[in-house]
Amino acid sequence: MVAAERPILDADGVRRALTRIAHEILERHQGAEGLLLAGLRRRGVPLAERLAALIQQFEGVAVPVGELDVTMFRDDLQTRGTRSSLQRSSMPQDVTEARVVLVDDVLYTGRTVRAALEAILSYGRPQQIQLAVLVDRGHRELPIRADYVGKNLPTAQGEQVAVRVQEIDGRDEVVLVHQEPASVQAPGVQAPGVQTQEAHSRGTHSRVAGQPGEP
Amino acid sequence: MRRKDVLDLDDFSAEELHEVMETAEAMREVLSRPIKRVPPLRGKTIVNCFYEASTRTRVSFELAGKNLSADVVNVGASGSSVEKGESLVDTTRTLQALGADMVVMRHPHAGAPYLVARELSAAVINAGDGWHAHPTQALLDLFTVRDRLGSLEGRKVVIIGDVLHSRVARSNIWAFTTMGAQVVLCGPPTLIPAGIETAVAEGRRRRWGDGIQSGVQKEHAAVKVQYDLDKACQDADVLMALRIQKERQAGALFPSLREYSRLYGLTQERVARAKFGALVMHPGPMNEGIEIMPEVAYGAQSVIEEQVTNGVAVRMALLYLLAGGHGGRAV
Amino acid sequence: MVIGSASSGHRAPLLIRGGRVIDPANGLDAVADVLLRDGLVGEVGRGPDGRGLTAPQGARTIDAAGLVVTPGLVDLHTHLREPGFEDKETIRSGTLAAVAGGFTSVCCMPNTEPTLDTAAAIQFVQRTARAAGVARVYPIGAITRGRKGRELAELAELAEAGAVAFSDDGDCVMDGAVMRHALEYSLIVRRAVVQHAEDTSLSAGGVMNEGPVAARLGLPGWPRQAEEVIVARDLQLAELTGAHLHVAHASTAGTVDLLRQARGRGVYVTAEVTPHHLTLTEDLVAGHWWSATASLPPYDARTKVNPPLRTGDDTAALVAGLKEGVLDCVATDHAPHTATDKRCEYAVAAFGIANLETTLGSVLSLVHEGKLDLVEAVATMTCRPAAVFNLPGGTLSPGAPADVTLFDPEREWNVDPHHFHSKGKNTPLAGHFLRGQVLFTVTGGEVAFER
Repeated sequence: MVAAERPILDADGVRRALTRIAHEILERHQGAEGLLLAGLRRRGVPLAERLAALIQQFEGVAVPVGELDVTMFRDDLQTRGTRSSLQRSSMPQDVTEARVVLVDDVLYTGRTVRAALEAILSYGRPQQIQLAVLVDRGHRELPIRADYVGKNLPTAQGEQVAVRVQEIDGRDEVVLVHQEPASVQAPGVQAPGVQTQEAHSRGTHSRVAGQPGEP
Repeated sequence: MRRKDVLDLDDFSAEELHEVMETAEAMREVLSRPIKRVPPLRGKTIVNCFYEASTRTRVSFELAGKNLSADVVNVGASGSSVEKGESLVDTTRTLQALGADMVVMRHPHAGAPYLVARELSAAVINAGDGWHAHPTQALLDLFTVRDRLGSLEGRKVVIIGDVLHSRVARSNIWAFTTMGAQVVLCGPPTLIPAGIETAVAEGRRRRWGDGIQSGVQKEHAAVKVQYDLDKACQDADVLMALRIQKERQAGALFPSLREYSRLYGLTQERVARAKFGALVMHPGPMNEGIEIMPEVAYGAQSVIEEQVTNGVAVRMALLYLLAGGHGGRAV
Repeated sequence: MVIGSASSGHRAPLLIRGGRVIDPANGLDAVADVLLRDGLVGEVGRGPDGRGLTAPQGARTIDAAGLVVTPGLVDLHTHLREPGFEDKETIRSGTLAAVAGGFTSVCCMPNTEPTLDTAAAIQFVQRTARAAGVARVYPIGAITRGRKGRELAELAELAEAGAVAFSDDGDCVMDGAVMRHALEYSLIVRRAVVQHAEDTSLSAGGVMNEGPVAARLGLPGWPRQAEEVIVARDLQLAELTGAHLHVAHASTAGTVDLLRQARGRGVYVTAEVTPHHLTLTEDLVAGHWWSATASLPPYDARTKVNPPLRTGDDTAALVAGLKEGVLDCVATDHAPHTATDKRCEYAVAAFGIANLETTLGSVLSLVHEGKLDLVEAVATMTCRPAAVFNLPGGTLSPGAPADVTLFDPEREWNVDPHHFHSKGKNTPLAGHFLRGQVLFTVTGGEVAFER
């Protein structure tokens, strides 16, 4: 793929952003009591785990971490079809009366977060739901905002934000990917961590026989 | 999943079975939530078309559809109107006109869902056709075994009883052998279909060519027939008893329930011959004291109740995956 | 195409020029002319100077260069369905189908409603066939009253009325004593007793060949032994009585063996085999692609036939038996049904294939594959079947009925049942390509069919 990547955060940058978010969460909640971190699959999960580890480090309290797959709650299943990339969700405890912080890598249109809100509500009625993201890239399509943001990043629609995490991608970084318009991208092939138009969606491009770049 | 219908498991690859299993895991987690309903099939209509009485399968599909927020309609048909055959074509036209998105079909005659699937643009799921196939039952059986034992590779699965008339057995043969297990069919010779051992090998060759599909060890993916249950139980990982229909006695297929039970009833002693921790299964409804003893059916090794619970999750998974609208028609 | 009338008053002479004339009864396979006059074969040859026969005054001439010219094909086993099942076929539509398939003589089975178990019913068929005037129809009378397998029909009266043989086809005469008596009684009129060999206690509920394919598809099996035990029994009875037993639609290798042994010890037995049992196997039931665009889906009831399609070993044995002469002839077992009879669940669907218009093509496929030679193939559909029931025709000897079939053995055509003359469109060959097609069929000196 011919694509130019502009670094936004390096590993240290990611670490500093998460550290700040962990502090902000503790500050806002005056401690870790009743907190539950719910990572959105896939990259929200390791980020939530790291936030939990940081909180443990700062406060000595183990904050439960849940994993949410929001696929079934997406609002584009009707138009784009159901996905077979469905992953198991898990909640370590009852969410009712908990103060839930949803954790995701990139906040973009807000549709994933809307789905996550619905998903978490199927587990019960939390006292409060907040949202923490590593990058907010703007272009919201729903009235949703993040409570904790690692990095605000103004972007153009055509650009993509790639968040890479050690656990999945082998390194921590945030880069802005700019597609070279002249290049033809192989369908369904993309760099790890690159956010396509809808966050977390796997490439569902149809393959066209004879198209350049076809493997 | 790149298919329109699920009519049999003979055309499922190991990868596809894995996909269904993993999706079913996610669905089982949904079922553990306080609110068991998720919205992916909102606005879709599922028609349960049962030409043969079956409360448990119908209810399982109904719950599965509703849990996925689909509208579920039940169409029953009396046996008599089916006898002539015309009604199937009529019903198909009606289903098409009504705009059903998915049709779940149970039918007393083998192959009937094929006839419907080829006329309908809707996805068709076979919920049991004659003696032929019951793919969702086999998928839930596979799911249950996988959940308890992990990999199926090299496992020995013994299916006991009236294989001849059993769609459950036929579908399970495909499911388990595709996952690398060895299936042993054990029952009176009168109730084992002629040529079943070669049938599986030929069917697989027909579907996949001479090369065996990935992930399947050739030597394991086999079917064997054995008439002695005591021997068949040795080293078994799974013992699955089938329901014996009392009517079969009239056709001289076996002399008496008493003798059947003595030779092929799943008793504690026979279970003890199997591997430690072997699973006991039954597709239900059971004739307790005939093909399975109550102490076995409700014993520590029985997963019969789990089969029922897992049935909803597996059916949710299948409905969800078929709703993908990939439209790739299974050949 | 033109459909003529075999029964019109004055017949102009017809000269068929320059075709490859195959008349196995006379050991003839040569380019020659065939002159038909007054409803009979007049002369076959190249004339005294070897430049061909001279067309008489007013004769119509057909240029048969490149075509094969044979005696009109003879079918010993046709279901014309009339009276009683005119929605499936009528005597007229069935005979139109016959001549379109090259058959000028068909023997129709008595499983009609009412059954052809009375002289009146036999005469009705003859009358209707004459009125239709397309092909020769030879009715087969029932063996037992109502084909119920219990009391003998009035076989002598049926024979006098014109029944050429007796059969309960569609059902087997299961009772051994009834079969024995039928064979004995048939000696009075010297007509064959045609058995549909199926032990229904063994085949009960069976809809396809018993074996791995049936096991896989979950369809009830119809074991080969259900046929063979009846054939074996009937051969003993034929030996006992000295009567003429004709085995309908032999479908298994075992049947061929039994017939071979019986012939060896001089039992008066003849047998026929259908084109589908010679060329198709049970694998079709599981679905089959004829080509990229034509397929048989699994459980397509067009593959459902009685006896069922068997295995490759059986087709090989049947072809060998036909070549060897253990099987006397090909018979179509043309069994037309309505779409409704077939468009339903496999187990519920009617048995049978509408075969008249594809039989020649199917048999020629064996020639193209080198399994039969062309002369043999022609014999199995002309003189050999005619000899079984002692029918006129099947040869081009001077004085024989002027029944002639002209076909192009190389012409490839797509089987499209919508173009069938038969009302029955039920064939698994739909969409399949066959090589060899009838271009002219002449009955009684008249062109009854022309493509």
